[in-house]
Amino acid sequence: MKKLMIGNEALARGFYEGGIGVVSSYPGTPSTEITEFLAKYDDIYSEWAPNEKVAAEVAFGASLGGKRSVCCMKHVGLNVAADPLFTMSYTGVNAGLVICVADDPAMHSSQNEQDSRHYAIAAKLPMLEPADSGEALEFAKASFELSEKYDTPVLVRMCTRIAHSQSIVETSDRVEVADKQYVKDAAKYIMVPANAKVKHPIVEKRMQEIAEFSDNCPFNRIEEGKSNEFGIITGGVCYQYVKEVFGDSVPVLKIGMVNPLPANMIKDFASSVKRVVVIEELDGIIETFCRTLGIEVDGKNIFSPIGEFSQSIIADAFGVAKKETTALETAVPVRPPMMCAGCPHRGIYYILSKLKATVIGDIGCYTLGAQPPLCAVDTTLCMGASVSGLHGFNKATNDAFSNKSVAVIGDSTFMHSGITGLVDIAYNGSNSTVIILDNSITGMTGHQQNPTTGFNIKGDPAGKINLEALCRSIGINRVVVVDPYDLKESERVIKEELAAAEPSVIISRRPCVLLKTVKKNPSAKIDADKCRSCRKCMTLGCPAISFKNGKAVIDSTLCVGCGVCEQLCAFGAIEG
Amino acid sequence: MNTKSIMIVGVGGQGSLLASKLLGNLLTANGYDVKVSEVHGMSQRGGSVVTYVRFGDKVYSPIIDKGEADFIVSFEKLESARYVEYLKTGGTIITNTQQIDPMPVITGKAEYPEDVLDELKALGCNVVSVDALKLAEQVGSSKAVNIVLMGVLAKRFDIDADKWIEALKGTVAQKFFDMNKKAFELGYNL
Repeated sequence: MKKLMIGNEALARGFYEGGIGVVSSYPGTPSTEITEFLAKYDDIYSEWAPNEKVAAEVAFGASLGGKRSVCCMKHVGLNVAADPLFTMSYTGVNAGLVICVADDPAMHSSQNEQDSRHYAIAAKLPMLEPADSGEALEFAKASFELSEKYDTPVLVRMCTRIAHSQSIVETSDRVEVADKQYVKDAAKYIMVPANAKVKHPIVEKRMQEIAEFSDNCPFNRIEEGKSNEFGIITGGVCYQYVKEVFGDSVPVLKIGMVNPLPANMIKDFASSVKRVVVIEELDGIIETFCRTLGIEVDGKNIFSPIGEFSQSIIADAFGVAKKETTALETAVPVRPPMMCAGCPHRGIYYILSKLKATVIGDIGCYTLGAQPPLCAVDTTLCMGASVSGLHGFNKATNDAFSNKSVAVIGDSTFMHSGITGLVDIAYNGSNSTVIILDNSITGMTGHQQNPTTGFNIKGDPAGKINLEALCRSIGINRVVVVDPYDLKESERVIKEELAAAEPSVIISRRPCVLLKTVKKNPSAKIDADKCRSCRKCMTLGCPAISFKNGKAVIDSTLCVGCGVCEQLCAFGAIEG
Repeated sequence: MNTKSIMIVGVGGQGSLLASKLLGNLLTANGYDVKVSEVHGMSQRGGSVVTYVRFGDKVYSPIIDKGEADFIVSFEKLESARYVEYLKTGGTIITNTQQIDPMPVITGKAEYPEDVLDELKALGCNVVSVDALKLAEQVGSSKAVNIVLMGVLAKRFDIDADKWIEALKGTVAQKFFDMNKKAFELGYNL
């Protein structure tokens, strides 16, 4: 059956057809939908794990237990899962094991632009990279066979433009695969030095064998052109841009197995054309490999290692005529993303901004508190870094700023890797104040359940971690819950906990306003006669409030009646 | 047939994903090769959002570059101006006249350029402007802005209206179909 699917749905379909039994992942744009689509199949086990390291280990355990298993993450998630990844390469698998990693060139929704292909090389693992949804389905299906044939985990690399682009796929039935029996095998599965020393040469030999396979596999192919003036080596979404510009006129070596690369195929291709150009987003990995083969190529001397490419970037580089464009002379104001009207994070950031607190931030919707007009965040680094970062900051300053500095972290991010930072605070005793912004969902990635919500990936009731009890059991004596819509009480608590001479946790609890289960109040209204145009309400940065003809105005299609602005107005001009 | 390109632009939360889903279903059902490219995540939180829809005999690139769009369908007035560089010479802009202030305008750091549509016309662009919010409210939901605009696009498209209605049926939830059908027709019959 033919269907239009985003790359992530096609991957899920391919894994399903290929006989997947278990998927465990942590959400992260642009990888999230792979696992969401897999969760729709009732004949496989699916879950959201607390973080990518746990998810990868669950998938490893499931492979050991005999089921074809998958774990999906964004590129920075692979940093978290790198520890199990490198040693899984040594143990190999029982049933097929596949790790999907989605890179985000141009950083549509990420904090860096790392190229995951480096991991495949460093961990000595095969990696496939599809160029559209059809290939995503095929490659996903084939990845289990590859994993079992060569006794290795397989990496599948996606990028935003493949993950989130729909194209037509042909679906077929699921292959029912019998579970593999688990057999105890100490030499294979116990990676102590004596066993690992035996395993490493096996890993090297395996990569040589897969390199030979790469030269003859269905993932790499040469497409003939009409001239041999130059040929292009490319893969992934860049292949589509190349074809858009050149059609069938230029010879192309299309790479689908990005590690190990097909050495003989590359040599043959290079000898058939007068000049070789490598076109790859981010780092020059294929290009560097060509040089090790003694082949001179053009690549990063022409194409940037930064951001995404497009058809016109490639057309420009080859001097193909530019398309005519028109542009306005008037400046168009930028429209950055912002916290939604009624977002429960806004009240806390307003208070922190008012108190001029130093805010060590984290990864999630609440990173938007860094935007004007609140400008309430000092730093964001990676998942969980707010809690441990604050501890280091307070240690370095001998707690001189600990009555003015806080960490802010979401519920899901706290579960992901904030807990260990809090253990450090309790153990090594800094006078730190951690605010958990508990909006009862994983927000930024589009509302996934997590261990604090009480529901699993299918929306069924599940174990619910009690944040207060968890923090107390770690050794934090001061744990307070506030409602961020209550500005006065929240400010009182924040001041009190900042002043306290011991570590504390403030849980700001209010579900994400975008959740369908959250009841919205009627829109607030401005009494224009009472409005003194002081613009105090504008300091909240609420998208529902603007200024027209010298008075505040509330957009009733956006306002959810959270009541925060009402509490700010000294003249009673805002009515709920 | 050469590849045709439609850009859908707007503000995060305005329903551009549903509009692109409708187009994807319509074009696939009518035998075209189709690519639809969306961006999820960070930019959805009230930011400027773009969806690319491309169709033809064989579509390679999932994205639309400057000077390539046959149509720009804009869910908000300012966004049509932001992306005008992507319009092909002779291409058409279909825009909602609704104004949603971006944060720099809200905080007073920038002015909302009121006359953008006149400026776009002065550049020689074909501009079709519609108060889609008003029409959507007439059918009972401000959320139907996306389908009103799809109706306006359908009128300028080579595919029959009944095929659009069929695709709409396969795209929206059954209980919202009648409302969306009315929204589509209001846009189509303008």
